[in-house]
Amino acid sequence: MGQIEWAMWANEQALASGLILITGGIVATTGRFAQWYFGAYSIVAGVFVCLLEYPRGKRRKGSTMERCGQKYMAAVVKLFGPLTRNYYVRATLHLLLAVPAGFLLATILGTVCLAIASGIYLLAAIRGEQWMPIEPKPKERPQVEAIKQPPSNPPPRPPVEARKKPSEEEEAEAAAAGGGPQVNPVPVTDEVV
Amino acid sequence: MKTGLMTALAMARASARCLNFNSMLILVPVCRNLLSFLRGTCSFCSRTLRKPLDHNLTFHKLVAYMICIFTAIHITAHLFNFERYSRSQQATDVSLASILSSLSRNEKAEDSWLNPIQSPNMTVMYVTFTSIAGLTGVIGTIALILMVTSAMEFIRRNYFELFWITHHLFIIYFLCLALHGISGIVRGQMKESMDESHPHKCAQSFEKWDDHDSGCRHPRFKGSPPEVVMHPSKVLELQMIKQGFHMEVGQYIFVKCPSISHLEWHPFTLTSAPEEDFFSIHIRAAGNWTENLIRAFEQQHSPVPRIKVDGPFGTVSEDVFQYEVAVLVGAGIGVTPFASILKSIWYKFQRGDHNLKTQKIYFYWICRETGAFAWFNDLLISLEQEMEELGKVGFLNYHLFLTGWDSNIAGHAALNFDKATDILTGLKQKTYFGRPKWDNEFSTIATAHPKSVVGVFLCGPPTLAKNLRKCCHQYSSMDPRKVQFYFNKENF
Repeated sequence: MGQIEWAMWANEQALASGLILITGGIVATTGRFAQWYFGAYSIVAGVFVCLLEYPRGKRRKGSTMERCGQKYMAAVVKLFGPLTRNYYVRATLHLLLAVPAGFLLATILGTVCLAIASGIYLLAAIRGEQWMPIEPKPKERPQVEAIKQPPSNPPPRPPVEARKKPSEEEEAEAAAAGGGPQVNPVPVTDEVV
Repeated sequence: MKTGLMTALAMARASARCLNFNSMLILVPVCRNLLSFLRGTCSFCSRTLRKPLDHNLTFHKLVAYMICIFTAIHITAHLFNFERYSRSQQATDVSLASILSSLSRNEKAEDSWLNPIQSPNMTVMYVTFTSIAGLTGVIGTIALILMVTSAMEFIRRNYFELFWITHHLFIIYFLCLALHGISGIVRGQMKESMDESHPHKCAQSFEKWDDHDSGCRHPRFKGSPPEVVMHPSKVLELQMIKQGFHMEVGQYIFVKCPSISHLEWHPFTLTSAPEEDFFSIHIRAAGNWTENLIRAFEQQHSPVPRIKVDGPFGTVSEDVFQYEVAVLVGAGIGVTPFASILKSIWYKFQRGDHNLKTQKIYFYWICRETGAFAWFNDLLISLEQEMEELGKVGFLNYHLFLTGWDSNIAGHAALNFDKATDILTGLKQKTYFGRPKWDNEFSTIATAHPKSVVGVFLCGPPTLAKNLRKCCHQYSSMDPRKVQFYFNKENF
């Protein structure tokens, strides 16, 4: 149990609460319920919470699965520095956002869920967790070796060692000869029997 | 209901049904022992049958998604319902919705409401958190949401204990689901009321519901208050309707009135006939509870107290209808079951029921004074009138014996000997004073019906029972084809 990162669960819970706030807000506003302006607030708060919580933080141990397309929001969230990194701030922010939606029955479920998420974030903050953005790992490029020229002589080719010794002269000759007549390194007898 | 809520109610109920079904299904694929058992016993089944067992977790997740979807639909539909209820409660114009909402105020009874928002001051929030349905709904949904968020793939793979422990919230979810419908907020119009004032016929004429002449009356829903009739000598008659209540003649019920005492159940014999569409009891003031009850019902201004009924119990005295000639003897309080029997016999006779073998009834009513049974008196008078109208005066032959007489009453009776109706009871039959002479009665009956089987039914004291039994034996002839008296002491 000591390995649990509460912030991860709080993140899921807060995302779900954001969606619930949006749904409740839509129901209240389209139905023009009594005090429906709370519903309008709830939609706005829900969208904000969803955007804030969408980028998943980096786990302390092990690899973290990114959410699809989260790098754009992650960049925005990273901009705010300590405000978004610190979970105490997030906990209070969520609690404050949740309160006004509690006045309307249609959105009260969102309030309760967001309050629970705020509580879990508080727990995470007490245990010293922080929101770290998921940095893309720099791709380890392989050592750039000298590009080998392709062999200039057609097969059958002698193994590399046979070519290596008088390599400079042979190479110079071979390069000079270019596409000239083939110089067989091993005497070839053309015996017709 | 439909005017106020339209489609939202149907949506809520439909999604509720689906929720019930899915909640039932969701536990099945995770019963590991059950699945192992099935795999074991299904070894002779084909492989294709066992294949789905391997995908049990996928099925579990699918059903969980469906539960989430239906929960969302159900909550949204009910939000609309509550909002509409609230609006119709607050509507000040005269519309069908506002009249239906104020049913409880008009009937002055605590329990005849249709709109659960009973006063304009109640808000939807208040109703949600003070009703069992609202509270269990909110708590169950929160448990569901917590279970779902901790079961997300990411959390499950990386922090399994969190998922496992949180998922045990399903116990709370199921508990809330079970308790959710327990208070019966959604009410149907009762069947009798539907026959009388069907919504198709009466929905438009709601302004005239208060007039007695119009064809439609206030619709009665489950939980309607009883009709109260006060009789002289502090006798209270309660006529009640209960869904699914079926009685036979001579049965009794237990009655409790929570506003008087939460623990006391008192038995009362049913005085209505099974052919009537209500059931009734007559309550006489004979102790603390009955006096309090009568006083509570007498008050005009406070709401009618709620009654709980248990029953009916008791012997079914159907035998009464099997005898050609029935001799019914009711002594004192024992006359009460005969009210039911007489009414029932009368209805059967009127409708020409072929199962009714009874051709003649001799009814002996013995009591100290008629005061407490004035209502039974009225019943006999009305039966007398109806028989005259039908031209069957000879069907019911009754005799009233007053055993608590004094010389004053006797003198009075003697003076008015020539009057057509009896001065004490108003019945055509004159009242006798003293106890009946059974020998005379039995010999008269035996002579009048020489070849019949006569059933003698008594509800009264044991000494009288001994007496009557003796007479039955004495006056039954030795010849089985001639008159035979059969004695039945009923423990009503």
